[in-house]
Amino acid sequence: MANDTVVKTLIVAGVLSVVCSALVSSSAVLLRPEQARNKDLDRKKNILQSAGIYDPDQTIDDQFSRFDIKVVDLATGEFRDDVDTATFDQRKAAKSADLGIDVPKDEDIAGIKRRSLYALIYLAKDDSGSLEQLILPVHGKGLWSTLYGYLALDADLSTINGFAFYQHGETPGLGGEVDNPRWKEQWVGKKAFDDEGATRIQVLKGKTDPSNPDVNYQIDGLSGATITTRGVDALLQYWLGSNGFGPLLKELKTKEGGNDNG
Amino acid sequence: MADKSSRIVLDPLFNKNPIALQVLGICSALAVTTKLETVFVMAAAVTAVLCVSNTVISLIRNFIPNSIRIIVQMTVIASLVIVVDMMLKAYAYDISKQLSIFVGLIITNCIIMGRAEAFAMSNPPGPSFLDGLGNGLGYSLILVIVGVFRELLGSGRLFGHVILPLSTEGGWYVSNGLMLLPPSAFFIIGLYIWALRSWKKDQIEED
Repeated sequence: MANDTVVKTLIVAGVLSVVCSALVSSSAVLLRPEQARNKDLDRKKNILQSAGIYDPDQTIDDQFSRFDIKVVDLATGEFRDDVDTATFDQRKAAKSADLGIDVPKDEDIAGIKRRSLYALIYLAKDDSGSLEQLILPVHGKGLWSTLYGYLALDADLSTINGFAFYQHGETPGLGGEVDNPRWKEQWVGKKAFDDEGATRIQVLKGKTDPSNPDVNYQIDGLSGATITTRGVDALLQYWLGSNGFGPLLKELKTKEGGNDNG
Repeated sequence: MADKSSRIVLDPLFNKNPIALQVLGICSALAVTTKLETVFVMAAAVTAVLCVSNTVISLIRNFIPNSIRIIVQMTVIASLVIVVDMMLKAYAYDISKQLSIFVGLIITNCIIMGRAEAFAMSNPPGPSFLDGLGNGLGYSLILVIVGVFRELLGSGRLFGHVILPLSTEGGWYVSNGLMLLPPSAFFIIGLYIWALRSWKKDQIEED
């Protein structure tokens, strides 16, 4: 058949490749701005949702505008104004050679192996300029997957305003219950630290006991999901500890304290 | 002619259903059917790809050298799937996030390759389009049936609206966790095939 000559085969293969690649690349170029916008909105929505202030009736950009975005140096707790908040990507930074570091095995309770030197945090301030809410990105290993979430702290930097994961691959119905609204509700109002500043928040294995004096620091574990529960507990210990946001929280506390007195 | 066209579209629904009779495209039927919302988007995506790929392959069927025909079909299908994936990311971001990798995996959905090879290569574009539509709808039908059972029994909802209030959220319905896991789709498809073959006895395979 005339179709099966070598020349014809090459021509058909060539033309088809050109046409298909033109189709794919042009749609990639045309749709990219829209995709980037979606990604951005999605991130902002996750932050608002974990802070417990997401309102579907308002536009996300409007709601998000009250947040100040800062890049913070985790080791010192200081803000790094020389890093662009719009392009900084914590996950990419963790993988890169200059912006990421290996987490030593004995410190790596959250099972993250590598982390970024810097982190993006979100501060909401009231009209007088004092801190109203602080949102920290956290992540750590569960059973199957790394859980990524945001923890929202109140102005006292200890009371939890909300905590939610926006990405994970835990078993639906078991570890996946980290998305259960009733479980997430428990976090609101709990304290992350005691008066001495020690990290006290804890996810129990099993149910909390309301008569226990420590109940303010405790969260019910997820039944049937021991390893996910342990992972959530460990990632909070890590990120609230001295290898995570500990230095930042200390820094903010002295700053805020100064403001109140002056 | 009108009769033949309607047969091409309607046959794949019950008589020659790609999932129930040919047992193709099972993987995505397991993966995306926990919620009706994702079911509909996935079904629409597969149907769209199937219609367009059948039409395109039928249009160029007389120019395709026999020796590279599978690769040609694959290239057309893969390009279409990538475009669909990018469109979803641009216009239905939430759903595309839930479907994640399974949109990309439409490329490996045997139904699409199968129809291209079995029908579009030897029929004109009009009937090929209808064949794509029919098989897409046949696939969608099974996905919707599986999705209704899984979402209702697994999370007590349909389309995200609470039908059976869950005990974990203060209602009375104790959800069937199995329904949230992929194997449940196997059971539902199996039961469906059983029911269908009891009704249409000619689909029973000879031993």
